[in-house]
Amino acid sequence: MSTLHEQGWLARFDHAEALLMAVRELRGRGYTQLEAYTPYPVEGLAQALGPMRNRIPPLVLLGGLVGGFGTLLLEWYASVIDYPINVGGRPDASWPAFMPAALEMTILFAALFGVVGLFFANGLPRLNHPLFDVPCFEAASRDGFFLWLRADDPCFDATLAHDDLARLAPLAIERVGR
Amino acid sequence: MTTPLLAPCETHASITDKVSAIVLERPTGRLWMLAFALSFVLTAWLGVGIVWLLVKGVGIWGLDIPVAWSFAIADYVWWIAIGMAGTFISGGLYLARQGWRNALNRYAEAMTVCAVSVSGIFPILHLGRPWFFYWLAPYPDRMGVWPQWKSSLFWDFSAIVAYLIVSVLYFYVGLIPDLATLRDRATTRGKQVFYGLLAAGWRGEARHWQRFETLNLLLAAMAVPLVFSVHSMVALDFSEGLLPGWHSTIFPPFFVAGALFSGFAMVLVLGIPLRRFFALGDFITERHIANLARLMLAAGLFVDYSYASELFNAFYSGDRYEIAHAMAELTGAYAWVYWTIIGCNVVAIQAIWFERVRRSHAALFVIALLVLIGMWFERFLLIVSSLYHDFLPSSWGMFYPTVWDIAFLAGSIGLFFLLFLLFVRLLPLLPMFELRKLRARLEREGA
Repeated sequence: MSTLHEQGWLARFDHAEALLMAVRELRGRGYTQLEAYTPYPVEGLAQALGPMRNRIPPLVLLGGLVGGFGTLLLEWYASVIDYPINVGGRPDASWPAFMPAALEMTILFAALFGVVGLFFANGLPRLNHPLFDVPCFEAASRDGFFLWLRADDPCFDATLAHDDLARLAPLAIERVGR
Repeated sequence: MTTPLLAPCETHASITDKVSAIVLERPTGRLWMLAFALSFVLTAWLGVGIVWLLVKGVGIWGLDIPVAWSFAIADYVWWIAIGMAGTFISGGLYLARQGWRNALNRYAEAMTVCAVSVSGIFPILHLGRPWFFYWLAPYPDRMGVWPQWKSSLFWDFSAIVAYLIVSVLYFYVGLIPDLATLRDRATTRGKQVFYGLLAAGWRGEARHWQRFETLNLLLAAMAVPLVFSVHSMVALDFSEGLLPGWHSTIFPPFFVAGALFSGFAMVLVLGIPLRRFFALGDFITERHIANLARLMLAAGLFVDYSYASELFNAFYSGDRYEIAHAMAELTGAYAWVYWTIIGCNVVAIQAIWFERVRRSHAALFVIALLVLIGMWFERFLLIVSSLYHDFLPSSWGMFYPTVWDIAFLAGSIGLFFLLFLLFVRLLPLLPMFELRKLRARLEREGA
């Protein structure tokens, strides 16, 4: 038996607009614990599902700052403190010459932070999930548009929720997490 | 009447079925096996070459004084340049909201990853003591040795490392939803586990997609300056030198244009046969091929401008060494290389101005091959022409390639195709989720 937040009803719709309408309708009825699954990113769907935290941009910025300033600091430390060496009378801290590597590391670290952040925020990797046990859910990566009404929703009542979903005329409704 | 970006008969389901069937259902063709065997033999030759190089040292190449850089560096610059167009197609055209990139970006990115991986072999082996290559990285060692931060060679190293890792990440992140598709459609247990592990449990949740798109956009925005910087660093390796022919400020933009030029050529050389053998005409339409040809022409014209500008500046400067260098290029020992380059990179591409040539895949394939050959010779000449003929007649000399020089060039081509052929069999050739999104967009716009 899976925990409450991994149960509920999964409804399949035949196109993105129907799914979007269904999400708006259920949100209007007071449901909050909704998740939608689509084979490609559908514009406006994430917003329709309610407020979300998208921390990817600040994470990427942080990664860039760490990589860039970290490299500059390392270069400055190595050439001014740890091993100053006079090359043709040039200053030890040659900022222009330090920039190229710092630029590369800015981009590298920004990308690394972003990718790790994506996995972390999306809760991946997660190789097993109750949804994978629902028949026909594999269509979510082909041409299926799914709406999952989670059982941990404060408004959730198994029969009522099923009826609410059925009124939206989905192609099919399946139970999640037995 | 313009050709569509995506054949109107293709639906979300048919796109998914056709693209995933290439990997999951289609039997390995004889032609693929033949190509794989050939690439394998060439790669083995490279392997033998590497072992022999480790045993004997870089002396097995034709390198000597004065020509102390040649094939290995030419191969390196050529390969890393080929990688650039893949990143430009997936990053630059994404930022420019060019819908026609969707059918091309996956295999172009795969091309980038393969080409950059191959290119990295050369500078390392060229070090002479390749097993110490990690000395280039800043790490706390007992000798207290730091890299030379002020050297363009170190900038180049950091650029390659960043470029390789970022392209692999960008490639992999873009693949995740398609790996999930393959996982869901795989019928054998082995494939389910393989793609399942790679897909990391991707389910296509709307908020996941939102973060995914944000990251893709940011990665694209970073990848474009990255490719430009990588090639500029490669160019600085040369222009920091004082030799006539190298010591020039035109190098960074010239290298970037040359990189795009040869990269687009490789995208065509790979795309035209792939489209034919896997019947991808619905996705890679005439419009894609024609657009690629136009881009190749545009990059080529910039390269041609650089050739003209190099000659003009040499004579205009009045610097006798620059003039001697220019004359040596035009009439010297390697004049045949120079004129081959002009034939391939200047003359051949002018045919693309004609609509009939842009429509003929065979013609474009041949032109693109010529461009690849021309660009390799161009990298070679760029390196050798400055070295063999410098300031003092007493230090002039010739470069003659050995069989091992040829082995490394041919072997690297083999390795590239080996990696690319594996990609063709194991991963989706086209980005399915982006094509589905494109389908939805086209429907919305049509309605």
